Amino acid sequence: MRKQVISALVVTIVVVALASWIVFFPKSFQSLTGRDVSTHLGLDLQGGSQIFLRPADPDVDDLTAKLENAAGVIERRVNGLGVSESVVQVVNGDSIVVELPGVKDPAAASNALKGAGNLEFIDPQGQYLPEGTEVCTTATPRYPITVQLPSSVTGTSGVTTTDSLSSTNPLSPTSNLTTTTPTTPTERPCDTPYTTIARGTDLDTSQVALTTDQAGRPAVFFRFQTNSESANQIASFTSQNVGRPMSIVVDNRVISSPQVNGSLPGEGIITMGATGTTVAEQNSQAQALQNQLKYGALPVTLIEDSNRSISATLGNDSIEASKVAGAVGLIAVMLFMLMYYRLPGLIANVALLIYTVLSFAVYNLVPVTLTLPGIAGFILSISLAVDANVLIFARIKEELHRGRSLERAVEDGFNHAWPSIRDSNASTLITSFILYVLGNGLGVSIIQGFALTLALGIIISLFTAITVSRMLLRLTIDLGVSNARWFGVNPEEDAAEVAALSSEQA
Amino acid sequence: MLDLVRRRYLWFAISILTIIPGLISILVFGMNLGVDFSGGARWEIHIPSISQTRDGLENEINDVFTDSGIEGARTQLSQGTTNNQQFVIAFVRSKLVQSDSAERKAVETGLISKFGADTRIETLQTVGETVRGRSIRNAVVAIFIASLAIMGYLWAAFRGTPNPLRYGVCAIIAMLHDVLVVIGMASILGWLIGLEVDALFMTAVLTVISFSVHDTIVVFDRVRENLRRSSDDYERVVNRSIVQTLTRSINTQFTSFFTLTALLLFGGESIRSFVLILLLGLISGTYSSIFNAAQLLVVWENREWRNWFGRGKDKAKPAAA
Repeated sequence: MRKQVISALVVTIVVVALASWIVFFPKSFQSLTGRDVSTHLGLDLQGGSQIFLRPADPDVDDLTAKLENAAGVIERRVNGLGVSESVVQVVNGDSIVVELPGVKDPAAASNALKGAGNLEFIDPQGQYLPEGTEVCTTATPRYPITVQLPSSVTGTSGVTTTDSLSSTNPLSPTSNLTTTTPTTPTERPCDTPYTTIARGTDLDTSQVALTTDQAGRPAVFFRFQTNSESANQIASFTSQNVGRPMSIVVDNRVISSPQVNGSLPGEGIITMGATGTTVAEQNSQAQALQNQLKYGALPVTLIEDSNRSISATLGNDSIEASKVAGAVGLIAVMLFMLMYYRLPGLIANVALLIYTVLSFAVYNLVPVTLTLPGIAGFILSISLAVDANVLIFARIKEELHRGRSLERAVEDGFNHAWPSIRDSNASTLITSFILYVLGNGLGVSIIQGFALTLALGIIISLFTAITVSRMLLRLTIDLGVSNARWFGVNPEEDAAEVAALSSEQA
Repeated sequence: MLDLVRRRYLWFAISILTIIPGLISILVFGMNLGVDFSGGARWEIHIPSISQTRDGLENEINDVFTDSGIEGARTQLSQGTTNNQQFVIAFVRSKLVQSDSAERKAVETGLISKFGADTRIETLQTVGETVRGRSIRNAVVAIFIASLAIMGYLWAAFRGTPNPLRYGVCAIIAMLHDVLVVIGMASILGWLIGLEVDALFMTAVLTVISFSVHDTIVVFDRVRENLRRSSDDYERVVNRSIVQTLTRSINTQFTSFFTLTALLLFGGESIRSFVLILLLGLISGTYSSIFNAAQLLVVWENREWRNWFGRGKDKAKPAAA
């Protein structure tokens, strides 16, 4: 057996084993790696939470237009990755309804919506304000969103935080502090606001990005616009208060109170990392904060009106129906491939099954939220995955017609089919890349989800068609299959065709 | 060998005859926009507790709406409790219905006769669209940029052949053809069978676009390869390339046809129009890659527009440039 066959075989077995582990035993995968790899279903396939938001001040000018705007911002924030398939809708021109798939817990749903993303740096008067403390500031003297959270969510009791604020330059560690159970100040309006040093409105949002600190913990990088008031004030405050705390506040809630370790030149990083949180949790916190900062504040202040769990838009029967459709479609394709291409058809079918398992593993790993159109898209992508095999086998057949030996025909078939597979898939990848990037910047979440699924499908199908199919074909030949009839070629019958072809090619 | 290139103007005529009725339909009737794009009504219905499965209840509610002349309503359920009494709240999204209309009355009557006198419509509200107009505009911009990028890629990939730019341009023209076919058909089907253009439609169009270019490139790749190998004149090379890739084009079309038909038959009501649009789009995509894209290369190579409109009466082919 050839070396390359063995190495491809090993790679395939390892990848398939890993994928099967994720797809069939998500629980055991999660317990070992800490990553949730259960299938994420969209609101059309599973229930979720429905939240009504109404404006705090219904008499504001241009309310409908502002709500439209707010709905757009909420949608982008909720769809951070562009694949969560939530519903954000303006109702009656005076309120917004948000539906979040999979969120069974109303409190968690409020969290997912999380406030207006109003970032402030405040002077905590020398105190290390515990994480989660509600504060009012000179810039925002009222608490903007009244969310009735159970106390367990508001107070993170007895957690040691290691949040740190450091500039990208030489600054390092960290303020270690133990929080006592914070008393939640609910009196409003407040009398003694903290002084706001810098505000999120001066952020250069194009510069907000995920990063890590020197210790490798997830963090969010931010930069204020050059020469903005905030940039100047934070520079002067930090240079005068080295060794003292400064609090970072989002939507009037303290997210960390690091110690100032040096002068901040208008930029820095916010590190996620209360001890006791897992890396995955820190990552999602960083992601959430980045979304909040990047996509800006809501144009109107919203109050939560109602919050309840709700069933899926489509019944269980439609999930069953699409499963049946998927199975029938898959079987039909497999039968066709088997009858038309014989042995290579069988190999393509094995590759197709591997494609299916890999796809679901990747969907769960990313995660991609599966909706009915998503499932339909996947079933459709089956034919894309088959296409690469069809291209290759058509070429192999041609080479056999020309009277090449089986071994030679397989190699030439792959080599000749490669440019067309490369160029066609490359252009589809370009399309999906552009749709994804522009979808992110412009808030077109459906398109982003589509682009992501498409790109994943192409990459996986390239792997199964090129690596897996080729390896299996070489393997069968190395194992001694030598009759061209197995490849759907009949030498005698085809003699005429061969002659025609070769004269044509001359 | 089958000569597909000779009849190229017949193929173009078929394309144009398919597109024109659709364009007229768009101008006259517009598109039949679904709730996703146009907004609509949102109902909140209070139903006293009944022992029934979720799916059954949802189906019954949807039936009441259909019987009242409101097609395509979508129901979601939520549980509630007052004074230890369980009840169900059904949220229904439908097309726009006025609160004093006959349809509303019909729904109310239908619901009461099905679920008892305690059933009532709590609210009937107007809701905005879930796909904002900006999204559609942005999608168009994104597609435009993607087209330029694909043209650039093909230019680079075909740089070994004479006139590499043509391949990208022709692939994009064939893609536009498919988009026009699909949108036109959707408009026609809108008033013919009530097909609604919803968020899924946008996904279907994007799929058609990707598949169309994918298909075309496979044919073009063969042209590139054959050009390198033979010194035949361009028209014959193109024809041979089309014929050689024909089996593959048809087989790939077959496999997607299988899966789509399975979805159409078993996939449930809610995605039927999505699948129908995809089916039309993929057939159009295969057609355009065989009968438009590659044929346009020949038209361009021969600069045949000089003979259009009866200017050059001699049908003699100009020598390949």
